[in-house]
Amino acid sequence: MSSNSNSRGFGMTATPKAGQPAEPPAEPAPELLPADAQVDLTEVRRETGIDEVLDSLDRELVGLSPVKERIREVAALLLVDRTRARFGIDSPTPNLHMSFTGSPGTGKTTVAIRMADLLHRLGYLRRGHLVSVTRDDLVGQYVGHTAPKTKEVIKRAMGGVLFIDEAYYLYRQDNERDYGQESIEILLQVMENNRDDLVVILAGYADRMDEFFRSNPGMSSRIAHHIDFPEYTVDELDQIGRMMAEQLGYRFSEPALTALRQYLEHRKRQPRFANARSVRNAVERARLRQARRLMDGSAPRVGFDELTTLESEDLLASRVFSAAAEQDTMGNE
Amino acid sequence: MRITQGTFSYLPDFTDEEITAQIEYALRNNWPLSVEFTDDPHPRNVYWEMWGLPMFDLHDAAGVLMEVNACREAYPRHYVKVNAYDATLGRQSTMLSFIVQRPPDEPGFRLERQEAADRQIRYTTHPYAADRPTGERYDGS
Ligand SMILES: Nc1ncnc2c1ncn2[C@@H]1O[C@H](COP(=O)(O)OP(=O)(O)OP(=O)(O)O)[C@@H](O)[C@H]1O
Ligand SMILES: [Mg+2]
Repeated sequence: MSSNSNSRGFGMTATPKAGQPAEPPAEPAPELLPADAQVDLTEVRRETGIDEVLDSLDRELVGLSPVKERIREVAALLLVDRTRARFGIDSPTPNLHMSFTGSPGTGKTTVAIRMADLLHRLGYLRRGHLVSVTRDDLVGQYVGHTAPKTKEVIKRAMGGVLFIDEAYYLYRQDNERDYGQESIEILLQVMENNRDDLVVILAGYADRMDEFFRSNPGMSSRIAHHIDFPEYTVDELDQIGRMMAEQLGYRFSEPALTALRQYLEHRKRQPRFANARSVRNAVERARLRQARRLMDGSAPRVGFDELTTLESEDLLASRVFSAAAEQDTMGNE
Repeated sequence: MRITQGTFSYLPDFTDEEITAQIEYALRNNWPLSVEFTDDPHPRNVYWEMWGLPMFDLHDAAGVLMEVNACREAYPRHYVKVNAYDATLGRQSTMLSFIVQRPPDEPGFRLERQEAADRQIRYTTHPYAADRPTGERYDGS
C-alpha cells in the first residue's frame, strides 16, 4: 500500500501512484487462428492446469464416479469452447448452474469447492472462490430486508461460486407471502443475466430438492447440471477412513482395520449416519482415545510407532458397538 | 461547465472498463467500496446520499458495478461517485473517490459578490441547478 504523507481531498490533483491501475490491462486479444490451423489439445490442457485439479480430485476423493464423470464433461466442454474461440467461433457462455443432491456427508460441499477452482482455471470464473450460504443469509425478517440481503450475498459471490446449502428452505409451500420467494426471484434474475459473473450451485437432499424444483420450474430450467451424489459403500467408507487418518499422520494397525470395518458396517445402519462426515468423526474420536490410552498407559516411554498407530481398542470403545449389540436404535458415533 | 472532483479530477470521464479496473485496484488493496449520489454538486457538499451500504468482503468488481448501474438507473440525471475506504489505520479513510456519472447538462456555478462593511467583498459560488428543489434539478429544461 502506498503511504501518502501529504493530505489530499476532493478536487485536488491526486498523486498518481494511489489511483493508477496497478497492472497494465490484459494483453491484447491474440490473433485469430486461420481456419486450417491445428491446435494441440494436450498443450491447452497443460496451460490451464486442469489435469492437476482433475487428478487431485481422483486421488483425494474416494468413489463418486458419476460426479467425477460430469466434472470431466464440463471441463472438456469449456476447454473445447476456449479452443473454438481461438478460431473465432463464438458460442454463448454455457450455462453452468448446478444442483448437487445427496445424503449428508457425501461430499457436496467438498466438490463445490473443487468445482470453483476448476472453473477458475478454465477461465469461466474470474476469481474461483466459494461463498456458502443457507436461507438465513439470503432471506430477511421483515418487508424490505430480503432484497438487500440477497444482493449483498450475490455481490460477495461474484467472480466465484454461490453455494446454497439446503436450497429448498428458500421456498415455503404453506406460506405464499414468505420472504423466501423474493430471494428466489432475485436469484433467478441473476442466474439468467449474470452468467459471466457467477455460478450458482444448489445443494440438498434429493427428494426435497425434487419437490423444490417441481414448485419452482423457473429455477429448475436455469439449472443445467443436476448431479447426484451416491451413498458410499462400506468399502469406500473404509478407504475414506484410512485416507483421513493418513492425512492426520496416523495409521490403523491390522486389528484396528478390522475394527474400522465392523464399526462402519454398524454405523451405516444406525440413525443420523452422515457418510464421510461420520467417518471423519470416528477418526477424530479414535484419535482422542489413542491419546488417552498413551497418557494413562503403564509404559510412559513412547516412540514413533505408538504415537502414529491407532489400535482396535481405540475404535472398539465406541458406543456404536454397544448400541449395535443392544439393537438400540439411538446409535451414535 | 463540466464539474470535476475527487481522485481523477484531471482525467476525462472513465469508461465502465476503466471504472472496473479502479474497483479491482481497490479490492486488491482490501478497501471496501461504496456508491453515493447527489444533485447538489457544490464542492463543499461532502454529504452525498448513500446508495445502499458500503460493500465489504467482495472479491470481484462486478458486484460494485452492479450497484453503480442500479444507482444510475434510479437517478439517471444525478451525479454518482464511487468511494473506496481504507480501514487499516483504525479509521475510515477515503483512498479513492471518483465520479462515475454526471447529468447530461451541467449549467455550472454563479459567482456571487456580497458587499460587506468597509467596501469588503465576500465571494461565494452557487450552483445554478440548486435554485430548483432537489429532485427537479438537471431535468434538462
Ligand atoms: N469421497 C470422499 N473422499 C474423501 N473424503 C470425503 C469424500 N466425501 C466427503 N469427504 C469428507 O467428508 C466430510 C464431509 O463432506 P462434505 O461437507 O463435502 O459433505 P456434504 O455432502 O456437503 O454434507 P452436508 O449435506 O451435510 O452438507 C468432509 O470432511 C470431506 O472432506
Ligand atoms: Mg455441505
